[in-house]
Amino acid sequence: MRFERRDRPSRALSVLAPLGAIMAALLVAGVLIATAGANPLTAYALILDGAFGSRLGFSETLTRTTPLILTGLAAAVAFRARVWNIGGEGQFYLGALAVAAIGMVPALAGLPAPLAILICAAAGAVAGMVLLLVPLGLRLRFGVDEVVTTLLLNFVAVLFVSLMIEGPMKDPLAFGWPQSVPIPDNAILPTLMDRTRLHAGLLIALALAVAVWWVQARSVFGLGARAAGLSPRAAAFAGVPLARTLLLVGCLSGGLAGLAGAVEVMGVKAYVTTDLSPNYGYSGIVIAMLANLNPLGVIAAALFSAVMFVGADSMSRALSIPSYIADVTVALSLLTMLVAIFLTQYRIRR
Amino acid sequence: MTRVLELRGITKRFGAVTANEDVSLHLDQGEIVALLGENGAGKTTLMSILFGHYTADAGTVRVDGAELPPGRSRAAIQAGVGMVHQHFALAPNLSVLDNIVTGTEPLWRPVSRRSAARAKLAGLMDRFGLTVDPDALVADLSVGECQRVEILKALYNDARILILDEPTAVLTTQEAERLFATLREMTGQGLSLIFISHKLNEVMAAADRVVVLRGGRVVAERATEATSKDELAELMVGRRVERPRRPPATPGAVVLEARDLRLSGRGGASLNGVSFVLRSGETLGIIGVSGNGQTTLAGLVSGLHAPDSGALLVKGREITRHTVPDAIAAGIGRIPEDRHAEGTIGDLSLWENAVLERIWSPEFSRRGLVRRRAARAATAEIIKGYDVRGAGVDSRIRLLSGGNMQKLILGRALSADPDILVAAQPSRGLDEGAIAAVHARLLEARARGAGVLLISEDLDEVLALSDRVRAIVGGRLSPAIPSDDADARRLGLMMAGDWAEAGEDAHAV
Repeated sequence: MRFERRDRPSRALSVLAPLGAIMAALLVAGVLIATAGANPLTAYALILDGAFGSRLGFSETLTRTTPLILTGLAAAVAFRARVWNIGGEGQFYLGALAVAAIGMVPALAGLPAPLAILICAAAGAVAGMVLLLVPLGLRLRFGVDEVVTTLLLNFVAVLFVSLMIEGPMKDPLAFGWPQSVPIPDNAILPTLMDRTRLHAGLLIALALAVAVWWVQARSVFGLGARAAGLSPRAAAFAGVPLARTLLLVGCLSGGLAGLAGAVEVMGVKAYVTTDLSPNYGYSGIVIAMLANLNPLGVIAAALFSAVMFVGADSMSRALSIPSYIADVTVALSLLTMLVAIFLTQYRIRR
Repeated sequence: MTRVLELRGITKRFGAVTANEDVSLHLDQGEIVALLGENGAGKTTLMSILFGHYTADAGTVRVDGAELPPGRSRAAIQAGVGMVHQHFALAPNLSVLDNIVTGTEPLWRPVSRRSAARAKLAGLMDRFGLTVDPDALVADLSVGECQRVEILKALYNDARILILDEPTAVLTTQEAERLFATLREMTGQGLSLIFISHKLNEVMAAADRVVVLRGGRVVAERATEATSKDELAELMVGRRVERPRRPPATPGAVVLEARDLRLSGRGGASLNGVSFVLRSGETLGIIGVSGNGQTTLAGLVSGLHAPDSGALLVKGREITRHTVPDAIAAGIGRIPEDRHAEGTIGDLSLWENAVLERIWSPEFSRRGLVRRRAARAATAEIIKGYDVRGAGVDSRIRLLSGGNMQKLILGRALSADPDILVAAQPSRGLDEGAIAAVHARLLEARARGAGVLLISEDLDEVLALSDRVRAIVGGRLSPAIPSDDADARRLGLMMAGDWAEAGEDAHAV
């Protein structure tokens, strides 16, 4: 048996591959669930029921999907151009912190709501950009590996957030909890469903996914970024301005991750804590890979990931199985997806 | 004579493509057989089957009368078959000795038996006259030395049948001659060789017998003394191929002028004061042994880097520190030296590759958006006009063979009707048919009034296409001589830097 490279991956396969990968991951996770003493099918049914079965569950799932779409896009955009941005988590937190900081400016409360929201969103995006442009600049100027720098900056960013919310930005009314001063009401995103946490950030995320797809597929910048990612030398020969293209990619990626943090503050919590993100930044990497770096696929992958997390919570309460099974399943699906991507590019012969 | 190797009825299909169809050939002891064919004729597939990299759909391989189990390289090695790949399979960060010993010892042996290996290697070097320092790092070796290491690796495994895949593709003329002398030596000591080639000269010079492959089938088998280059060329291509002839030039105004260009550092190949003029309707050939600055010169004119000092003028207008878009806007068409690494991006489609360098022109984009329909249409036109075969507008360009890829690159450069064409090694690695097509296009561009700057290491090519020839040595250009006065000996002297010797009319610029 041997592998032969296909001329081009078929379209049907590239859609079926993620589905197959998820099925395989569920199958393996099912073994773990069975080992823990429960019926896997019951468990999965409970997960689906928890994620979609009630108004609350449904809204929670979509609320959770929102930041995952944005961090997933951040990773997908960067990886397409071979910019290895592993720093989504740090950019997320810095974006969130920027919103909280703007929120402390008294003048913001007097602005009309759309303007206040726009300012906050922009602040978050810019903060994320800045945090990515530093390591990217180091790579372009000195060849410093951005995998290491972006990864390590995550810790710097989270600790910086901790420093700020325990110090100058600490909310005096929070009974001593380390959290930032809440942002004014006019910067809060409107909710989409009454008495739930689901907010307009979902629409922003969906619109951005479509926009990013369109830019990548149709614009000169998108073509240049793909070319630069696939072969910097040939792209340079064709006149693609490498540094400028990669810096733009960095702005887009860091901006999306920063925006994810901003939207989370503006839509869900109104203030920043150090547990604002259950690893949204890192999950974004998994989601981007699951989506095979396709911005529209990111929506589906983010939804899958959110379903697993929200559903696993209620499932674990019912069956007393650790909700870590969600982490395991998503992680497994990443592994199976990597195999599936390989298989779509090759055919098996014997 | 004993028959050491026999392939019988080998058939191999890849999907709809038949790479080999009922191929039979044999090799006797002490013989050198050349496997001749164009790119894509199935030579490499056939040898990969013999060596166990692929499994044949039908047919058998026998070594010394015993059938080899299909698909097992190790069985082939054990039977005494060694393969020297075109693209060396060496680890650059290991020493020569390490490279040779790796894979010959069981993994679980705690200590590598170095001294025994060293002694055996020394014996082999001595016996075949293949000297390489066993402790040198492979990264520090020249291409010729790397090839010697590859051959030694095969011999170290006690190969008695050696297969060499395009062994001279990366060698200079002198290195190739040395290689063939070594191969002769080896057959004298009882080894048997097959070498794969599409170069008629070396087949005629080195082989005892030639097997010609075309379209996956054996079309002829000849003893070398009973055939001629012309016959082989016709058998290989399936029709008479003649490289186009150069009509007399009608040089016009100066289109490109270089004044004392200097650029240091670019991987050791610097320019140390390069001046030349190129007129419309003529071809200026720049010949030189690789590594003498020609890559830097091509890159500089193409807009990839700026000189430290000096000036570059297009039609009298200075564009010295130009970028790639500037170069294209100034009417410079570019054929890069390395079509895989520089000329194309394998995973992008044909149309994306075809328009990328002119994507900012209003023809192919508007307000930052790609005009896909126009781009596809322009690409389809190139495919049609330049006879690019093997893939459509939307296929990934890696599917194209080297020749077709080069035709697309030519089409891309020439469709903008450039005033200047920089062609670096335009036919390197191409087969006869494709070379003829490329040459015809270059002559056509010249006839249309473009000035062609031809940078090449191939003497025949430079003599055939250029009106004037300069040699490049150590980042300097020799004076130009008319190519009608040039011959291989004179150019050889020029390439060695002996310009005064090469001629007194050298001052005619």
